[in-house]
Amino acid sequence: MADENGGLSIRPMDQFEVKALFGGDVSWYTPTNVTLWMALTVLAATALMVLGARKRAIIPSRGQSAAEMAYGFIYKMVEDVAGHDAVRFFPHIFTLFMFVLFANLLGLIPFAFTTTSHIAVTAVLALTVFLSVTALGFILNGTKFLGLFWVSSAPLALRPVLALIELISYFARPISHSIRLAGAMMAGHAVAKVFAGFASALGAIFFVPVLAVTALYALELLVAVIQAYVFTILTCVYLRDALHPSH
Amino acid sequence: MADAATSGPGMPQLDLTTFSNQIFWLVVTMVVLYFIMSRVALPRIAAVLADRRGTITSDIAAAEDFKLKAQEAEVAYNQALADARTEANRIVDAAKAEMQAELDVQLAKADAEIAARSAESERRITEIRDNAMAMVSDVSNDVTKEILSAFDVKADARSVTAAVSARLKGGA
Repeated sequence: MADENGGLSIRPMDQFEVKALFGGDVSWYTPTNVTLWMALTVLAATALMVLGARKRAIIPSRGQSAAEMAYGFIYKMVEDVAGHDAVRFFPHIFTLFMFVLFANLLGLIPFAFTTTSHIAVTAVLALTVFLSVTALGFILNGTKFLGLFWVSSAPLALRPVLALIELISYFARPISHSIRLAGAMMAGHAVAKVFAGFASALGAIFFVPVLAVTALYALELLVAVIQAYVFTILTCVYLRDALHPSH
Repeated sequence: MADAATSGPGMPQLDLTTFSNQIFWLVVTMVVLYFIMSRVALPRIAAVLADRRGTITSDIAAAEDFKLKAQEAEVAYNQALADARTEANRIVDAAKAEMQAELDVQLAKADAEIAARSAESERRITEIRDNAMAMVSDVSNDVTKEILSAFDVKADARSVTAAVSARLKGGA
């Protein structure tokens, strides 16, 4: 697909195309590269969390240590950020983290497809978080949940204005939540592709873009993990607002 | 091929025709992943962590227990040592007292023996001296008589004896 037929015909966005695995049109149930890489994400997460910890050793192996670290890291995050009563949502948040983390990391394999670079994927994740957190807020707190928008510590005259701002920022959450992840993933991969294209076009000084891609790759590795972390911690923050809406 | 993707440099992310596909597979993925994580992975790791915490706690408790036992043993050892010392001192004192008593008895016996023997010796010495004195006076009497008879002086035995014993007394 991305054949370089001489010259500068770099097509950095081709890597994001959704294609049917076995040819034909893409309808809602067609197995596509999305299916493949999501399945690999599940396999990778399962390999770490299930196979890594299969011996249930008191003194853990390396794999088990990594699984336990992931567990402890997210558990502590949920407890610290969202509060102790949010621990019952730990499996949901952990699933979210594992999916985003491994989708991001697997996307860094050359020629891989990055499922989290698609706004359709991240928007569904963010909207699910948004809707369930909002519903949870109303179910647990009733109308008191609206206190989230009514800043009782501010002067009375300012409160309607602040309520409007809070309301707008509340509804902007799923947008920023989803675009942040998809944007970060897409931008990094597109830039890497552009540099890689330069390498074949520049001839003798090809090593400059190769070095650039190498440096970028390290950065992307960092971004992949940080974006998974950010996505998860924001989910925890939203969850805390639902559980404890008072400011 | 989807029409929008191949038509130019547009973003495949905005190709709405693939959305239903992505969302369908995402939902499937998330449900599968959620069940694997919440039913298998997380309970297992939670159990391992709880196990480890339990093991560490019980190990620390056991160590605490052993430490206490060691301290008790040390106290008991010291106690036994002190007991043994007092016992040894008691035995040594008893032995000393016994020996002293025995020694006193023996000394008293020896003193008595010595006293008896020296009394006996004294008695015999006195006897011997008395005998010797008697013999000396007899011999002196006889010698005096002989000398007197040699000089042809007739002297009666009684006066000689008196004179000799007077001389012996004065000479003694």
